[in-house]
Amino acid sequence: MDFATLLQILDSTLRLSAPLILACLAGLFSERAGILDIGLEGKMLVAAFASGAVAYTTGSVWIGLLAAIGASMALSAIHGVASITFRGNQLISGVALNFLAAGMTVLIAQSWFGQGGRTPSLFGGARFEPVTLPFAESLADVPILGPIYADLLSGHSILVYVALLTVPLTWWVLFRTRFGLRLRAVGENPAAVDTAGVSVVGLRYASVAIAGLLCGIAGSYLSTGLQAGFVKDMTAGRGYIALAALIFAKWRPWYALGACLLFGLLQALALRYQNLDIFGIPLPTQIMDAAPYILTVVILAGFVGKAIPPRAGGEPYVKER
Amino acid sequence: MTMMRTLLGAATATALTAGAGLAEPALIFDLGGKFDKSFNESAYMGAERWAEETGGEYLEIEMQSEAQREQALRRFAEAGANPIITTGFAFSDPIAQVAPDYPDTDFVTIDGYVDAPNVLTIGFAEHQGSYLVGVLAAMASEGDTVGFIGGMDVPLIRKFACGYAQGVKAVNPDATVISNMTGTTPAAWNDPVTGSELTRAQIGQGADVIYAAAGGTGVGILQTAADEDILSIGVDSNQNYLHPGQVLTSMTKRVDNAVYDVMMSGDDLETGTVQILGLADDGVGYAVDEYNEEMITEEMAARVEEAKANIISGDVEVHDYTSDDSCPDLSF
Repeated sequence: MDFATLLQILDSTLRLSAPLILACLAGLFSERAGILDIGLEGKMLVAAFASGAVAYTTGSVWIGLLAAIGASMALSAIHGVASITFRGNQLISGVALNFLAAGMTVLIAQSWFGQGGRTPSLFGGARFEPVTLPFAESLADVPILGPIYADLLSGHSILVYVALLTVPLTWWVLFRTRFGLRLRAVGENPAAVDTAGVSVVGLRYASVAIAGLLCGIAGSYLSTGLQAGFVKDMTAGRGYIALAALIFAKWRPWYALGACLLFGLLQALALRYQNLDIFGIPLPTQIMDAAPYILTVVILAGFVGKAIPPRAGGEPYVKER
Repeated sequence: MTMMRTLLGAATATALTAGAGLAEPALIFDLGGKFDKSFNESAYMGAERWAEETGGEYLEIEMQSEAQREQALRRFAEAGANPIITTGFAFSDPIAQVAPDYPDTDFVTIDGYVDAPNVLTIGFAEHQGSYLVGVLAAMASEGDTVGFIGGMDVPLIRKFACGYAQGVKAVNPDATVISNMTGTTPAAWNDPVTGSELTRAQIGQGADVIYAAAGGTGVGILQTAADEDILSIGVDSNQNYLHPGQVLTSMTKRVDNAVYDVMMSGDDLETGTVQILGLADDGVGYAVDEYNEEMITEEMAARVEEAKANIISGDVEVHDYTSDDSCPDLSF
């Protein structure tokens, strides 16, 4: 494998990881506050559709992004009402949202555009163009570092950089602010937070709203950054991989970045080498595709360290009876 | 419960009598969806042409999951539809299950294979059409590398790849054909993001013409090829118009003609046989229209027409992957 190939694979890794990172952090916010969120996939899907459809109609990708965030937060609100206010089962609510998203997007797209559940192709200002980082061209000739900067880091859609910056931001919010401390406490011991006079319900709503925001950006990236339009079921299971990454990262932001990059790399490798030869044994692409799930099961089974979820995760909070 | 049964019985009876009188044809679209801008859409066009010309009506349904296939077949058969036309190879097994239960109904499978007295199997010589676009790809390519991206990894798609590779090698024996499949599950027909990444990976390996035989995934492949300023080749329907000047040509598979002919023949349909539509019957071919005519030079046109004539006359034999599950020009 030469240097150029390596760069291409890492470049592909970044593109494939960006939606995973955003969705994974969305799940992180939600689950750290004690709300399990299996509906990441559905939120990304409605966001992808909303941004594709609105960007096409208005011709502006930024309005598309806002629509994506709005649509995704609307699903978050449903999840919140069902699981926080009405104390319903969070898993069931999440699964229901995934089904709702899969059906609703195709139905609306069909009646809106009549192209069989897809949006028309976007062009011009309705898509996120690649961003060239400053000095990328003049630095491209510097050996080793030049190509890394110009080919690998530069030239992505702006949402990729947003995704990468969200990681330190998440860490800072969760571990360096009062809001973050309370949010984590709500996921561990909501009764204590309530005793201290802080609203458990309010914090939990805030966390699912943030999850909706991040999923909205992730979905928008799929349909207007990576692609030029929405196609039915275009998330293709990325929400579940993000969920796997979240467990793999044991609910910690920096590890989430690592896990998502690792899973992105596995996908990129699987795409580049359909049958990877390792010491003469051909490794079929299916193994690579399944690797995120296999790794997660290994982690969950406790072979490598222990994955301990937030203690109050999945339990609706009931005030003193 | 009794009430329910009476109602259901009445409904079935009405459906049956209605069916016997009218015998509307039914069309079942595969998972890619009716508007995949490709295979299923072509079938839809054929049915619409029939409906427009005859003023007839037809029943239709789009598959949403694997599990619906048999159910859809039975429902149409119960409703008295005749013939029932299905698109996609995946219908072989469900039809083989259902057909014996409805001996008076004619079933048609396009791309599948079922050996039953009331089933007509329609196949296409995709390898021949792919050979022709392979010839064009090799001539349009400025380097020695061209690409192929398939949808789900099944023998049918390998047949496309194999014919394509043979066509490329016929023009340029030193050429490299990079072949990738999007996936191994039906989701591979609707994953433009992965298609797009595969396109970039192939461009990274030097490909400058990429043939997409991947259903809905192809939208992403053609888009990325246009964004990266290389050529692409569409499949099944004529996709030249999607990115004018960037889609070299399309390997057309005239599913529309097949559907149209079947609907036209109505009750006179000859079942229990296998029809293979090849270059000679215009069942497959390559598309030239106002969007790509400037890219097809005279030299290319002459070469590809010669190849077409040679295949029809039998001077050139294009290897069919499905005949022996192997491909001399390409390894998977």
